[in-house]
Amino acid sequence: MKSILFSCLLLVALGSSAQSEKYLAAMEKNLHAFDTAAKTTADYQMLANNFERIGDAEKTQWLPYYYAGLALANAGWADQKLDKDANSTRINTFCDKAEALDKNSEIYVLRNMSATQQMLVDPQTRYMTYGVKASEYLNIAIKLNPDNPRIYYLQGESMFGTPAAFGGGKDKAKPLFEKALALYKVEKPKPMWPNWGKERTEEQLAKCQ
Amino acid sequence: MSLSEFHFIFKGKRHLFLGWLLVFGLETLAVAQTQISGQIKDGRGHPVPGASITVKNSFDGATSDSSGNYNFISSDTGLQTLTVSSVGYRPIEVTLVITGKAIQMNLQLKEEPNELKAVTISAGSFAAGDSKRGAVMSSLDIATTAGSNADITAALKTLPGPQQVGEQEGLFVRGGTGQETKQFIDGSLVNNPYYTSVPDIATRGRFSPFLFKGTVFSTGGYSAQYGQALSSVVLLESIDLPDRSEIDATISPLVVGMGTQQLAKNKNFSWGLSYSYVNVLLYFGLVSQKPDYFKLPAYHNADGNFRIKTKNGIIKYYTTFAYNQLGLRTADIDSAYLKNAFNLANHNWYNNLSWRENLHNGWKMVLSASYSTNLDNIQQLTQDSANRPHIFPDSVFWMQSKSFNLSNKQNLAQGKAVFEKRISGLSAFRFGAEYWYSYNPLIYNDTPRTITDHLTSAFAETDIYITNDLAAKLGVRYEYSTLLSQSDIAPRISVAYKTGKDAQISAAYGIFYEKPDNQQIFFSPGLKMTEATHYILNYQKITKERLFRVEAYYKSYFNLVKTVPISYNYFGYNNNGSGFADGIELFWRDKKTFKDFDYWISYTYLNTKRQFLNYPIKLTPDFAASNTASLVMKRFITNWKAGFNLTYTFATGRPYYNFMVNNTGNFYTAEQGYTKDYQNLSFSCEYIPSLGKVKPKTFIVLFASMSNVLGYNAIYGYHFSYDGNIKQPITPPAARFYFVGCFLSWGVDRTQDAINNNL
Repeated sequence: MKSILFSCLLLVALGSSAQSEKYLAAMEKNLHAFDTAAKTTADYQMLANNFERIGDAEKTQWLPYYYAGLALANAGWADQKLDKDANSTRINTFCDKAEALDKNSEIYVLRNMSATQQMLVDPQTRYMTYGVKASEYLNIAIKLNPDNPRIYYLQGESMFGTPAAFGGGKDKAKPLFEKALALYKVEKPKPMWPNWGKERTEEQLAKCQ
Repeated sequence: MSLSEFHFIFKGKRHLFLGWLLVFGLETLAVAQTQISGQIKDGRGHPVPGASITVKNSFDGATSDSSGNYNFISSDTGLQTLTVSSVGYRPIEVTLVITGKAIQMNLQLKEEPNELKAVTISAGSFAAGDSKRGAVMSSLDIATTAGSNADITAALKTLPGPQQVGEQEGLFVRGGTGQETKQFIDGSLVNNPYYTSVPDIATRGRFSPFLFKGTVFSTGGYSAQYGQALSSVVLLESIDLPDRSEIDATISPLVVGMGTQQLAKNKNFSWGLSYSYVNVLLYFGLVSQKPDYFKLPAYHNADGNFRIKTKNGIIKYYTTFAYNQLGLRTADIDSAYLKNAFNLANHNWYNNLSWRENLHNGWKMVLSASYSTNLDNIQQLTQDSANRPHIFPDSVFWMQSKSFNLSNKQNLAQGKAVFEKRISGLSAFRFGAEYWYSYNPLIYNDTPRTITDHLTSAFAETDIYITNDLAAKLGVRYEYSTLLSQSDIAPRISVAYKTGKDAQISAAYGIFYEKPDNQQIFFSPGLKMTEATHYILNYQKITKERLFRVEAYYKSYFNLVKTVPISYNYFGYNNNGSGFADGIELFWRDKKTFKDFDYWISYTYLNTKRQFLNYPIKLTPDFAASNTASLVMKRFITNWKAGFNLTYTFATGRPYYNFMVNNTGNFYTAEQGYTKDYQNLSFSCEYIPSLGKVKPKTFIVLFASMSNVLGYNAIYGYHFSYDGNIKQPITPPAARFYFVGCFLSWGVDRTQDAINNNL
C-alpha cells in the first residue's frame, strides 16, 4: 500500500517537474525575446499573448500574467497612437489574474503604470481619477514590499516629468532615483522575477546631477 | 491644469537574466509536430491583426499578423480545442483533431458590443461632462468660458442652436421661445431654473455648474423620457459622492459664501451645506447702472445635500433655498417725467430626491421625486419726478395697467419611475411613468386666480443595436393633463450609422407637446397643447482632441397660442398660431492644433417665421437672428499657473415690431425694422497659485472677468409708446460687467483611508 502511494507521489512529482521544465523553457524563450527582440507594439502584443497562453495553461503561476501585462505596458509607453484605455483594460485583467494567485508589490507597480498611461491620455481631466489611483497603487506596493526599487524608480520618473511649478522637477526626483538605485544594488530577485529598471534609473540619475 | 509635460518615455525592458534556465529549455520528449495556419477575419471580412490563437491548455499558439494570418507548430495530438481571442471581439472556440498533418483553418470573429466603439445617437444633442464620451463641455469648461461667469445657460449659448437674447433669461433654441426649453435635474423638471425675471434684464440660472457631473444640451429630437418642451431640453446629472471632504469659501466684492462637503471614512455617505450672500452695494457704487435702483439687489442662497451609496446604486438628495429682492425705476415711455418703479421679492425652495439602482438580470431602476415652491411678490407703480405714486383716470387705461400688485406662487410636486432592461449586448428597453402636480395660486390686484393641473405621463423606449455600427432608438410618450382635459401621444425615432472609425451620421424625428402658459389657460380654458415636429440630420466626427459636427433641421409648429384683443387691456387666447424653423449649424472644437490652446467655433443659421401671440401674420420672431457665430478660446500657461479665456460672439440684427390694435379690433404691424448687429467680446482669467503643490493646506483660485471688453452698445430691440410715436431701444443695464473673486478650499484627503481599506 505504502509503495503504491509512494509510486503515485513520485509520478505526480515527475509529472509536475516535467510540466515546470516545459514552463521554464517557455518562459525563458519569451523572456529572452522580451529582452532582446521586442520592439514594436505588435511584438509586445504577441509576447503578451504568449505569456497569457502560458498562464492559462499553467493556472498556478502569476509571473506569466505579470509579464503579459508588462509587455503591454511597454507598448503603452512607446506607442503614442495606441488606444491606451483598451490597452490598460487588458493590463488590469492580467493584474487581476496575477493577484488572484499571488498578491505582491510588483503587480501594484504594474497597476501604477497602467493607470498612469490612462491618466496621460488627458491629464487635465483625468488627473483626479487615474492620477490619484496611480499614486494609491504605489503606496500599496510600498506596504507590500518597501524594498522594491521599481516603486521609487517610478516615483522618480513621475517627479522628473512633473514641472517644477507643479511640485516636481529634477531636485525632487534625484533622492527617489538614488533610493531606487541603492535598492537595485542589493536586490536579489528570485529566478524569473522582475528585475528591470536599474539601467534606466542610472540614466535618469545622471540627468539629475 | 495642464500636465502635458508630465509624460516620459519608458524604454526599460526586462533585464536579460541569468542564462542558467536555458538548461531547461530543451524539449525532453519527442512529440508530433503539426503545423496549424490560417487567417482571422471579422464579420465584414476585414483581417483581424493581433488576435491570439491558442491550443487550449497548452503553450502552443500564435498571434495573427497585420494581414490576419497566423501560423504555428503544435506538439499536441488528438482532439483539441482551438481558442481565438482579440480585444473588442467575442472569443471563439473550435474543436479540431490534430494528427500531424498540416491544418489550414480560417476563422471569423464577431465584434463584441462595445459602448465605447458603438455608434451613439447624436442628432440634436450635445453631451457635456467629464464622464461622457464625445463631451463638448465639462463643468470646468463652463466655468472657464469667458462671458459665462459660471452660468450654465450663458456657456450653452456659445454652442450652436440658441440665440443671443440678452434682454430676458432662457435658451431660445431654433426659433423657439425661452419657455420652450426645459431643464431637468436627475430626471425631474425644474420649474424655476432662473432667478425671477426683471424687465429687460436676463437673470442668471440658479444652479452652479459644479453641482453636475454631466450636462446634455439637446437642441431637438430628444428622448421620450422627457416632455412638455417644444424645442429643447437641458439634462443635468448631479455628481455622486465627492472625492474628499472639504470646506470652501468664496470672497468677492459681489458675493461671500462658505460651504462644506463631508465624505464618510468608508466613502459610502456624504453630506454638504453651503450659504452665499450676494450684495451689489459696492459694485454698483463703482460701476454705474442705467436703471435707478431704489432697492439694491441682494440674494441669499443656502443649499444642502446628502448622498448614500446603496448596494448597486446611489440615493441623492439636494435642496436649495433662495431669497432675493430688488427694486428699480425706469423712465416711462409714454410720458416725459413719469417713472415705473418695479419692486420684487422672491422666495424659492427646491428639493430633489433620486434613487438609482442596478437590479439583477440587467434591470436598472431610477426613482425620483421633486418638490419646488416659488413665490414672487411684485409691485409696479407709476411715479412722478418726486417718486410719489401717480393715479390715472379710466380714460388712460393703458397707463392704469402699469401699476399693479402681483403675488404669484408656483408649486410643483412630481414623481418619476424609470425601469430599464438590457436585452442583449447594448440593446435595452426602458419604460416609466411620471406625475406632475402643479398648484399655482396667484393674486393680481386683489383678484385671486388659482390654477391646478395633474399631468400624468407614461413612456416606453427601446435602444436597438443592430450592430456596433447601426443603432436605433424608438420611443413613444403619452401625456394627459386634467387642466386641459387633453391627452396626446408623441412618437420619437432616431437612428445612427457609423460611417467610419470616428464618424457617424444620425437622424431624428419626433413630435413634442407643451402646455400653454398657466395664465393663458386661466383666461381661455378651452386651450389645447401646443405642438412641434422635429426632423434632424446630423454628421459628426470625433477624435480624441477634435470634434466636428454639422446639423440640419426642419421644425414645424402647430396650435401656437395667439392673443385675441377683447377690449381695452383685456385679451383672450386661442390655438390658431403656427410656424416653422429650419437651419444649419456647425460646430468645431480643436484642442490639438495649437499646444495648450483649446478653441471652438459655433455657427448657427436660422430661418424661422411664426404667427403667435400678437403677431398679425407669420413673421420672423423678434428673438431670432439669421446668423449667429461664437468663437471661444482658452489658453492655460502652466508655468504661470494661469489661464486666459476669450469669447467673441456675433449675431446679425433681429427684427423688431410694434403691433397695435386697429379699429376693427385686430392686431396690425404699425412699425417694423431690424436692430443693428450684435457683438460681444468677453475676457476672463484664473490664477491658481496652489496648483501642483503636493497636498496644499489651502487651495486657492483667483478669478477675474470682464464682459463686452470693447464697450459695444448692444441693442436687443425696441419698446414703443402706447401711441406708437416714441421708440426706445432695449439695452443692457451697464455696458460692461466685471467680476473678481477668490475661491478657497481646505481639503481632508481620504487617499490614505482608501489604501488602508485595500489591505
